[in-house]
This record gives sequence, C-alpha cells and structure tokens, in this order.
Amino acid sequence: MGVISNGTTLLDAGALDSGVPTGAMTLIKTLTASSSATLDFLNGASSVVFDDTYKEYLFKFINIHPATDVRNLTFQVDTGTNTNYNQTMTTTQFNAQANEADDSTGLGYNASGDQAQGSAFQSIMDRVGNDADSCVVGTLTIFNPSSSVFAKHFMATCQAEQTAESRQFFTAGYVNTTTALTRIRFKMSSGNIDSGLIKMYGIV
Amino acid sequence: MAIISNATTIADAGAFSVSLGSMVHIKTITLSSAAANITFIHGTSSVVFNDTYPIYVIQLDNIRTAAGNVQWQTTTDGSNFNIVATNTANVAEHSENDSSVARIIYSAGYDVAQGASPFLFNINKGGINTGTDASGSGTITMFNPSSTTFCKHYLARINSMSEYPGSTDNFTAGYFNTTSALTGFRIKEVNGNNILSGSMKLFGIKDS
Repeated sequence: MGVISNGTTLLDAGALDSGVPTGAMTLIKTLTASSSATLDFLNGASSVVFDDTYKEYLFKFINIHPATDVRNLTFQVDTGTNTNYNQTMTTTQFNAQANEADDSTGLGYNASGDQAQGSAFQSIMDRVGNDADSCVVGTLTIFNPSSSVFAKHFMATCQAEQTAESRQFFTAGYVNTTTALTRIRFKMSSGNIDSGLIKMYGIV
Repeated sequence: MAIISNATTIADAGAFSVSLGSMVHIKTITLSSAAANITFIHGTSSVVFNDTYPIYVIQLDNIRTAAGNVQWQTTTDGSNFNIVATNTANVAEHSENDSSVARIIYSAGYDVAQGASPFLFNINKGGINTGTDASGSGTITMFNPSSTTFCKHYLARINSMSEYPGSTDNFTAGYFNTTSALTGFRIKEVNGNNILSGSMKLFGIKDS
C-alpha cells in the first residue's frame, strides 16, 4: 500500500518513492577515542561499510586531542585481510600558519610531510598540541577505494592550534594500488588519541 | 492527510516534514565508452541545475584522458558553452621519485582571465599519467548558479596522477562572469580529444 499525501506518493512497496529527495551523504559509523592507540574502520566489522557501496568516503575529525604533545594525526590503509597498514603512497602536503602575536605567518610546502612511494602512516596534521584546549579538526575524502583499476586518490584538510599558532594543513595523494582497500586506521605519530570523534560517511 | 507518529508530524501536504538529509543526489553520468565531454543540462535527463538549490556539488570520480588536461565550461542557453571566467590555479605536486618536484606553486599558465575554459586538472606539469591506473578525482562546489544578480563563484580541488609520475593536488577557484543564470556545464579534454572513462555526480545542497 502506498502512502500518498496531497497527491504525492511518499512511500510505496516498502521504500521511499523515487521522487522523494533524500540525503546522499550517509553516516556509517562514529568512533569515539578514549585513550585509544588506534581508531580503525574495517569493512564488514561493527557495521562499517568500506566497499563499492559508495564511490566516495568522507571522514570528519572532531576535536581530536592527543595524549602526547606535538604529535601528528596520521592514517594508513590496507587491502583484503591484511593488517600491516603499509600501502604505498605518493603524497603532497603544504600548510599555512599564523600566530596569536601576529608576528609570524607563512605558507609553504612541507617536504617532511609528503611521501614518494612510501608506506609509512601519512600525516594529515602536523604537531598537534596536547594543551587542554588544543585539538585538530578536519576532513579526509577517499575516492573509489574499492576500484580494481585505479590508484586511490585522497584529499585532507585539517586545522589545529599549536603553541599559540593557528595551522592549516592540506594533504593529498594516491594510494598506489589497484587492489580494493578494505580498511583504514587513524593514530597519532606516537602516543594515544586521548579523546575526540571520527565520523565516517558514505556519499552515493 | 498528515502522517503523525507519537505526536510528531512525519509527512504532510505531499512532502516529508522530517529531515531526509540536506545533500541530494541529482544525477550520475558514467561513461560507458570514450566521449568528447560529460555534460549536465538543466531539465534534461532528470538534471536539476537551477534555483532549486543554492549550492551544487559536482563530484568527479576517476576521470581519465589519454594524457591531456581537463577543463570545464558553462552555458546559459544549453548549447553554447562560452561563459567567460576568471580564476586562480595553484598546485601542490610531488613526484614518485622524490626528486623531480616537491612544491606548492601558483600556476600562471593554467589560470584564465576572461577565458571560457578554465582548467580543473592536470595543472602545471602537463597531462595525466598514461598508465591505466591514472586518473583524477575530486569535487567542484558551485554557488548560486541561477542568480541573476551575481557572477557565479566556484571552488574546486582535484587530486590527479601526473605524467612525471606523481601526485598533483589541483586547487582552482574563480567566477563565471555573467549575471545570467547558468543552465548547464560540461568537462572536456583540453585538445578536444575524448575523455576515456570516469563518472560525474551532481548533488544539490538544500538551504532549508
């Protein structure tokens, strides 16, 4: 039985009618850090979807606070049932910064934050402070991670405060594999993620 | 007739009263074979590109050419893609060999000043890598394309595998310099060669 309101079909045959505009961005999973060494999203585990269900996956970082001062927020990915998190990447990174005293500003390429066919965890925010009010926020988008044809492109924009300075980092690149990705791990360069949220969305 | 559950109105007057999400998927075009362009025209093939939404997001997934750069163009009449734009273009780029290039730079050769075909990618280092795993993916955000008052601003960020080979993080932004409503857009290869494969998605962002 359909549900028709004011002449418009809203529900029919067990689903929303195709004419109803619905959201294209779906919250898949929220992970909350609590002195966590890593935060992992694994396709097929704990309600996580990270396959060809969506062409684009968006991760949002909300108030990620490191346990240890001056640490990088990083990520890596892996394929199949592998858990080494060491896929090959070529990446770029640049950043802008301005301090509270208004006597230091800058924009530049960050050669220490890029990789050339490297397999390390990729930093997406450099030197996050662990003062009580310090944290990192931002986003990471991964395109078509389940492709068996293309390298997997990603782009991140993150913002943090560190030693009374506002710093914005732009990181991008590709995971140089034609094998489908199945998992992604976030961690600080050392020490735990003390607190914060990472939300994973799928975009149709 | 309204649908009311637990005193909450779920639907009324032909529409849902509860939020179903603010980002609405409008249309996906996936190339089944090489084509000269990928085009979205308002009112054609279920495409909405008017004042229904104040913001449109265009997602590019694995757009691949034989080598050439990719540009985009807009139209106000659905057939002439000739609206001039002025934009900026800068890239962060890094080669796989870690020695050819690692920098951020403004790319004066890839901006346009009152030009009708602003570049999206691959900027600065020439074309896309010719490997079958090479492509470009990213998003364009277009603001208020139906305005009859303002020029039409956009922001784009696309990551691509460049010819060196390496990663290029392409940032372009600018405005199509018309106060007429835009009714469509397309992407094309710079030399008029085919786009080999890829898909484009159009989303509308609700304002209420």
